[in-house]
Amino acid sequence: MSKPLVHQFVIDSFHLVLDVNSGTLHAINELCSKLIDRLAPPLDPEPDPALYSELSSYHPELIKEAYGELYELWRKNLLWADWDDSIAIDYETLPVKSLCLHVAHDCNMHCEYCFASSGNYHGKRELMSEETAISAMEFLFRESRGRHNLEVDFFGGEPLLNFDVVKKTVEYARKREKELNKNVRFTLTTNALGLTHEISDYLNEQMYNLVFSLDGRREVHESMRHANAGGETYDRILDNIRYCVEHRGDKSWYVRGTFTHKNLDFHNDVLALAEAGLKHVSIEPVVLPDTDPLAIKERDLHKLHLEYERLARELIRRRKNARKSPPGMDFEFFHFSIDLNGGPCAYKRLKGCGSGTEYLAVAPSGDLYPCHQFVGKEEFKLGTVTRGIVNPQVKARFCRSPLRENDDCKTCFAKFFCSGGCAANNYNTNQDLSKPYKIGCDLMRKRLECAMLIKACEAFEQE
Amino acid sequence: MKNVKTINSVKAEHKHVNCGECQASCVANQTCEQK
Repeated sequence: MSKPLVHQFVIDSFHLVLDVNSGTLHAINELCSKLIDRLAPPLDPEPDPALYSELSSYHPELIKEAYGELYELWRKNLLWADWDDSIAIDYETLPVKSLCLHVAHDCNMHCEYCFASSGNYHGKRELMSEETAISAMEFLFRESRGRHNLEVDFFGGEPLLNFDVVKKTVEYARKREKELNKNVRFTLTTNALGLTHEISDYLNEQMYNLVFSLDGRREVHESMRHANAGGETYDRILDNIRYCVEHRGDKSWYVRGTFTHKNLDFHNDVLALAEAGLKHVSIEPVVLPDTDPLAIKERDLHKLHLEYERLARELIRRRKNARKSPPGMDFEFFHFSIDLNGGPCAYKRLKGCGSGTEYLAVAPSGDLYPCHQFVGKEEFKLGTVTRGIVNPQVKARFCRSPLRENDDCKTCFAKFFCSGGCAANNYNTNQDLSKPYKIGCDLMRKRLECAMLIKACEAFEQE
Repeated sequence: MKNVKTINSVKAEHKHVNCGECQASCVANQTCEQK
């Protein structure tokens, strides 16, 4: 059993406590907060007499009543819950269920912060051949074994530069999935510069999810994302995305922007996208070496905390107003959409994203890597789509759960929502797969607190 | 309860499904495939 762990935090007038092991969130008053600070399991049915003198500013009856409620929660395993840490994961037998196909190591844009070095991943500019893409699909069908649901993401660079191979891959997979009783969910990430109506119609028919890269406010976008052909792109890209999502029905999509040290007031970028009618928004902090002028610095964190809080308040306000006089200008912020009731099982929470084991990336050459951010780093090459995994020692580096091995993760309240963070971010900032990227951890925790604040507000609204 | 309001109700012991059919996740906003 792992130790009970509770996390208290206050935002605005809300005093919240998360019971980490049970996943239960409670709104509490100040007296309960003070009691929780002073208590540790196992609890007795009656409060320790010392509590009455320690909290002498409260009437004894109030203390007894509040203590009784906390005692009941503890008894029901909703506060200071234990967690069964005996779950065993056999990494050797995990099937591959997801591939990121780098169909283009080339791009029609060059962005200031691109981790892929303007699309070529620090290597040569090349497109994946149809033969390699089909070999990758066969590798996935073979290595997924009994698994039914599979995912394939078309990525780059800019995948639309190799749209013909995208279509041929989908066509091949649709035929094979029927023969093999598989369900392949295709997704595609694009800068939308070459997103014609014809391509949009095709993607809307075939893609389970679409991710569009756009940075929010026009001036931020134009200063960071440059077309190789020159000229401004914001209006053209916005029009392209609008056509696509307006014809997409209920299918999933996101606009994914990046904020840097130069636009720490990123809540304005989220709202700019919402005002432009793009309501599914994800604006993410850039991850760059600390020496890069665009990198997020530790001294930026306080400002970013306030931005996330501001964004949460704005979301709460708009949803409240929308209920009174619909339709309001609602929006969805990726990291505030958390499932507190029916999230993934404990195995999934321990495994996290699956990089290096369940999720692999395929370079245009057919080389396999642990994820899209490791592509081109030779020390992380796992094998090829035709030969399979030939470097098991690389895979072994990913067969681990940070939640069990990292002291920082063991005591972190966010651990079951974050699963130990991003191995690529850890490596890129600390040259160590398992050493947490501190800035990423800090922002993850803040986003979770804001997401929980929104859930609490919604619960009180429904009363 | 007067002093505590519980916000969510986590699925009953949710914990040990391990069907493996859920999406790769580049976890917080994921819902179990079997639900």
